[in-house]
Amino acid sequence: MVITIKLFAHLRHGRFKEDIRPWREGTRCGDIVRELGLRAGELGIVMVNGEHAPLDQALEPHDVLAIFPLVGGG
Amino acid sequence: MDKLIRVDLTHLTVRTEAVPEAWLGLGGRALTSAIVAAEVPPTCHPLGPNNKLVFAPGLLSGTSASNSGRLSAGAKSPLTGGIKESNVGGTAAQMFAKLGIKALIIEGIPEKDTWYGLHISREGVAIREDGTLQGLGNFAVLEALQARQARKLGVICIGPSGEYKLSGANISVKDPSGKLRSHGRGGLGAVMGSKRIKYLTIDDEGAQGLQMADPEAFKAASKVFTKALMEHPVSGQGLPTYGTNVLVNILNEAGGLPTRNFTYGQFDGHEQICGETMHETIVARGGKPRHGCHAGCVIQCSQVYNDAQGQYLTSGFEYETIWGLGANCCIKDLDDIATADNLMDDLGLDSIETAVAFGVAMEAGLLAWGDGKEVLRILREEIGKGTPLGRIIGSGAGSVGRAYGLTRVPVVKNQAIPAYDPRSVKGIGITYATTPMGADHTAGYTIATNILNVGGQVDPLKKDGQVELSRNLQIATAAVDSTGMCIFIAFPALDIPECLPALIDMINARFGTRLTGEDVTGLGKAVLKTERAFNLAAGLTPAHDRLPEFFRTDPVAPHQAVWDFTDEEVDAFWAF
Repeated sequence: MVITIKLFAHLRHGRFKEDIRPWREGTRCGDIVRELGLRAGELGIVMVNGEHAPLDQALEPHDVLAIFPLVGGG
Repeated sequence: MDKLIRVDLTHLTVRTEAVPEAWLGLGGRALTSAIVAAEVPPTCHPLGPNNKLVFAPGLLSGTSASNSGRLSAGAKSPLTGGIKESNVGGTAAQMFAKLGIKALIIEGIPEKDTWYGLHISREGVAIREDGTLQGLGNFAVLEALQARQARKLGVICIGPSGEYKLSGANISVKDPSGKLRSHGRGGLGAVMGSKRIKYLTIDDEGAQGLQMADPEAFKAASKVFTKALMEHPVSGQGLPTYGTNVLVNILNEAGGLPTRNFTYGQFDGHEQICGETMHETIVARGGKPRHGCHAGCVIQCSQVYNDAQGQYLTSGFEYETIWGLGANCCIKDLDDIATADNLMDDLGLDSIETAVAFGVAMEAGLLAWGDGKEVLRILREEIGKGTPLGRIIGSGAGSVGRAYGLTRVPVVKNQAIPAYDPRSVKGIGITYATTPMGADHTAGYTIATNILNVGGQVDPLKKDGQVELSRNLQIATAAVDSTGMCIFIAFPALDIPECLPALIDMINARFGTRLTGEDVTGLGKAVLKTERAFNLAAGLTPAHDRLPEFFRTDPVAPHQAVWDFTDEEVDAFWAF
């Protein structure tokens, strides 16, 4: 199944802004986080299709997974 | 001993007074709101002689506590018709505190048709008739005032917008690098203009300095507090690197980035204006990605943004302004937005109110969506010169909406709604609706918990828990706004258990008090209730604690969310 992954802020360094490619059925958010080499402490916000998602959420074909470090503003 | 200074412009007199006992434990917002509530008739005209303009440093301003240099300004707002407190960085708060000025109250209106300046020093306050700076932009005012004096002065001033008494006019305060920060919201610049005060200069040479009840305890608590600020990922790393503008991509992803005058929740030009792009641009052009708005700030969320030739273009270039002219007006050129930001600083305009007013003006067909160059022309040629059109736009989003008969006018209590769509980030909608300030995200920043996973997680798209979240944050914020602290200390305060107790320990060490966490919560509640009571007496009712109707009827993409709180649910906010 094809998943779009978007990275933000310093998570882009040495990786990418956006990556669209096939993943095996049943892949969870956490699997992709691990594959990208992201440490737990680096993670701030994980969204699937614009909604906050837990790491154990299973992805569906054509889902958009967005990963942000802990940042804020105002 | 700290004092109140009262400047009476009707009689051109200055009086120094002891601080009444009831106000001894107050500072910042708690004090400006207490003074306005006690002394300003709620039904007075905000631009008439019975309104008062009050400045007060926070309880910890002037100490070595990190991030404690905020100055509060308060008055009845010409924009909302209710009470207003707006706080700012810059150098003035620390100077006021060192001079022992707990609050400066400016009242009355001069008889003569001329302009005045106030000079504040250890000798007291001198009223000077001075029409020489009339009509000048803020940057020229800063330069002219500094040229008269060898020592570094604090400056508080208004630009042409304040002189024109536009409801979008701010009050500018000089920052440590000689540029400007703003008491942005609620048209306080118009109140200062109505009193015909163009500027205040502050010289703290030979000031008495601060008395500290327990210097050792203060030092110990201050260390713990600073450590918490440095260790939290948001205040310690995220904000210093990307500034507030990192939010563009986050809100865009969450579908909460108001776009095209609050028609959509996502902007196709987000990558051109986002914090990541801005950071790369600043670094490539030799600007400064880190910059503090006041001495003692360890977060340094601000920045200096240069043009393509490497020349200074603007600083203090924030998410709100970039969103407002970017996504909300569909302008994709960050340099145009930066130029507009600098112009708004120079003219003395609130960059939230004005950017949202431009979005409404685009909806009215006054200029094309995305036309950054025309925004710059209107700023310079219309608002800057006080033309009729300039005055309509410079008086805010509500003003433009009324003049052009529009219904999609994003305001609460006539104050423009900031950079988070309340349909898809529902907690902030409760804050916009209920805060006595009119739509103001900083009054109870639920984005922290709705979107950023700070202080827990409350689903932004559901109604559950939003009223309680907004209430708790508004109470805490009213207290923090009284300490002189930057609101960004809320990020560590929500997550790191030692942070808030250390803040209270610092207050106790400064004043020799024995305040507890409960007392501080009590202070926050009292501030909100004082402000609310003023508004009710001024004629604002629960019917003004409402979002504009279009948020109920027009779903916002991509979640197709609508504002679905009942009036009773919103009014339950005040059950405390």
